[in-house]
Amino acid sequence: MDRRKADAVLRKWKHDPTCLIEILQDIQDEYRHLPQDVVRYVADSLCVPVERLYHIGTFFKAFSLEPRGRHVLEVCTGTACHVKGAPRVLDALSRELGVEQGGTTDDGEFTLEAVRCLGCCAIAPVVKVGHELHGGVRAARVKSLLKKVTDD
Amino acid sequence: MTRPVTRISLKRLDAVGRAHREALSRFKGLLLVCTGTGCVSAGGFRIRDGLRELLRQRGLDNEWLVVQTGCNGFCAMGPLMVVQPEGIFYQKLDEKALARVVDEHLAGGRPVTSLMHRDLVTGDPQARMADIPFFAKQQLIALRNKGLIDPEDIESAIAAGGYRALHKALTSMKPAEVLAEVRRSGIRGRGGAGFPTGLKWQSCIDVVMRTGQPPVIVCNGDEGDPGAFMDRSIIETDPHSVLEGMLLGAYALGATEGFVYIRKEYPLAVERLGRAIEQCRERGLLGRRILGTDLSFDIRIHRGAGAFVCGESTALMASMEGRVGEPRAKYVHNVEAGYMGRPTVLNNVETWDNVPVIIDRGGAWFGGIGSGDVSRDPWGGSSGTKVFSLVGNIENTGLVEVPMGIKLREIIFDIGGGIPDGRQFKAVQTGGPSGGCIPASLLDLAVDFDSLTRAGSMMGSGGMIVMDDRTCMVDVAKYFIDFLKEESCGKCTPCREGLIAVSEILGSITRGEADEEMLVELEDLCGTMAVSSLCQLGATAPNPVLSTLRYFRDEYLAHIRDRKCPAGVCKPLIRFEITDKCTGCHACSINCPVNCIAGEKQAMHSIDQNECIKCGICREVCRFDAVRVG
Repeated sequence: MDRRKADAVLRKWKHDPTCLIEILQDIQDEYRHLPQDVVRYVADSLCVPVERLYHIGTFFKAFSLEPRGRHVLEVCTGTACHVKGAPRVLDALSRELGVEQGGTTDDGEFTLEAVRCLGCCAIAPVVKVGHELHGGVRAARVKSLLKKVTDD
Repeated sequence: MTRPVTRISLKRLDAVGRAHREALSRFKGLLLVCTGTGCVSAGGFRIRDGLRELLRQRGLDNEWLVVQTGCNGFCAMGPLMVVQPEGIFYQKLDEKALARVVDEHLAGGRPVTSLMHRDLVTGDPQARMADIPFFAKQQLIALRNKGLIDPEDIESAIAAGGYRALHKALTSMKPAEVLAEVRRSGIRGRGGAGFPTGLKWQSCIDVVMRTGQPPVIVCNGDEGDPGAFMDRSIIETDPHSVLEGMLLGAYALGATEGFVYIRKEYPLAVERLGRAIEQCRERGLLGRRILGTDLSFDIRIHRGAGAFVCGESTALMASMEGRVGEPRAKYVHNVEAGYMGRPTVLNNVETWDNVPVIIDRGGAWFGGIGSGDVSRDPWGGSSGTKVFSLVGNIENTGLVEVPMGIKLREIIFDIGGGIPDGRQFKAVQTGGPSGGCIPASLLDLAVDFDSLTRAGSMMGSGGMIVMDDRTCMVDVAKYFIDFLKEESCGKCTPCREGLIAVSEILGSITRGEADEEMLVELEDLCGTMAVSSLCQLGATAPNPVLSTLRYFRDEYLAHIRDRKCPAGVCKPLIRFEITDKCTGCHACSINCPVNCIAGEKQAMHSIDQNECIKCGICREVCRFDAVRVG
């Protein structure tokens, strides 16, 4: 386990247990999931029962206990995206990648996720790849979207 | 250019704004480039940087200044920019278009007609923002600075009147007078419930007087309603107005500590708000002895980790304390024991954003806008304006602000431009998962807290999702129930189990496996959840079901009796067919993921029903409307 990243996060939040959710968000960003040994290390460092961390880690959507792929595809399933065809986009991506929503491809390249409203409803349907938003996505065009992601 | 950062005093505030305005006035004009999230996804930052580079190359950068602004509101047309002082509006920009704007308009003095917005009916170009119906019918209070200031520059905010209300309060008003103005305005909470803000503040002050405990103020930016992005846009556009509102709250309530709870899913808003807070600290607008007075107040950001239920105030505070976001019963109100057991006032982003205007222009002025009469009783009406995210199957998607009491029809058809592709309006969904669907027969309904509730929906935080005749209302009801089933925290049984049972019934209806008795069971379950759930998530969860049953019962019956989905959405009940409009262009057969469409070139194609997975891609790619669903 690389503790340096965890230590840096803990220092940033001054080892304050009331900031636990913020700390875990930064851990998630650093490690792309909540690794078991890091969670235990954070719990010990903050003198908080490890159960509480898992309670939080399984309650909020931002956390994942499994490693995510190199590219995380977040298909927005907010209401505007829903009426504009998000389910079709999600199905098409799932077919194309051969994984169900929430799953990661065997090569670890892509994780496909259906997420709640990303708040850019005016350009629905929306798919977020990493930090980049793609608006007006059509099911028939997901192949070219995936190609663009891989090429970048 | 870095200037030394100095703390601003009460006396100097005006001079800081004046200096910024003078600096801007030295330019021939301003190029206001939208860098709200919608435009950024379409290349807003590229447009901003490209424009700066072009101006430099052409030697025009001393004449024209590029200002990055927050969301302009007309997201459907992004990336976009406005050329000041004339207010010429350019839309759907790319690198080529920029060169034309620079060469023809800025250098040549001839605005580029082909990049302007066009009238939806006549096709005539509409040069100025004020000419475009989308903008013309709006009334801006909360979004007063949208598209006008640089959200990352405190001086830009001050030059536009930012912190003027705080100045007024600190120099000429007692805390009780600030509270009195907020009460006089009759403003009701913009987060959804519509509780009068002044009353909330008053009860908090009463508790503080009684107990002596220091109060906390919280800004709720956990905008979880799907289809709503008002809070996000307000923070990305004008974070200082929200901070100023909170400062005025701190002054009125005697608070020294404040929090903004904001969704992690909104990275740009988190970044801009963080920067605004930093700038305020540097300039002496947050921290100790604000503007050189006795007021001390600071704000911390808490990023929400993704849980819809955290929009509920007690769940939000639990998560701010580092615990999971489970609500508690509210027999003890937050104003008595909220964050860390202290008296806490929690208001929505948009509510805080309105406070500076109320103080600046007076509560009576604000109370005069909107519907009903709030001069004696805040419950007597809905004062002020409301920001809506106008999205879904509508021509002009974007963010709009209108006076309370405006008719739905005006929002959807006059501002929104109606339904695209020649489709029919079917319903508009308001209030998020706690709201309902309003049918065409109620298009003349006044949009305010009380009329929407009477119609079986609710104001909610301001999502307004327009649906056309291709939307299945049973599917929409199931969509919201499934959303809430996922998001229910599971603490109380009616919500946790009720949602599962309701979802199962709706599922059997959409699969054509239900009988009419199940509708009775459905209504029963909804009634039980409404009266017995612990928090409003469960208590209002039945609304999408009840409102669709009320207005679209025929559609439920079509699923049950005829085993048909009239809108062509529910997969087990539909089949795709190619009609004689087909030109044999192969678009569908090439794109079909299971290769079940066959046909010679320029001859009518057909779908192998045994292989078809009903993905709908053929209908999506057909340019001749030849794929029928039935």
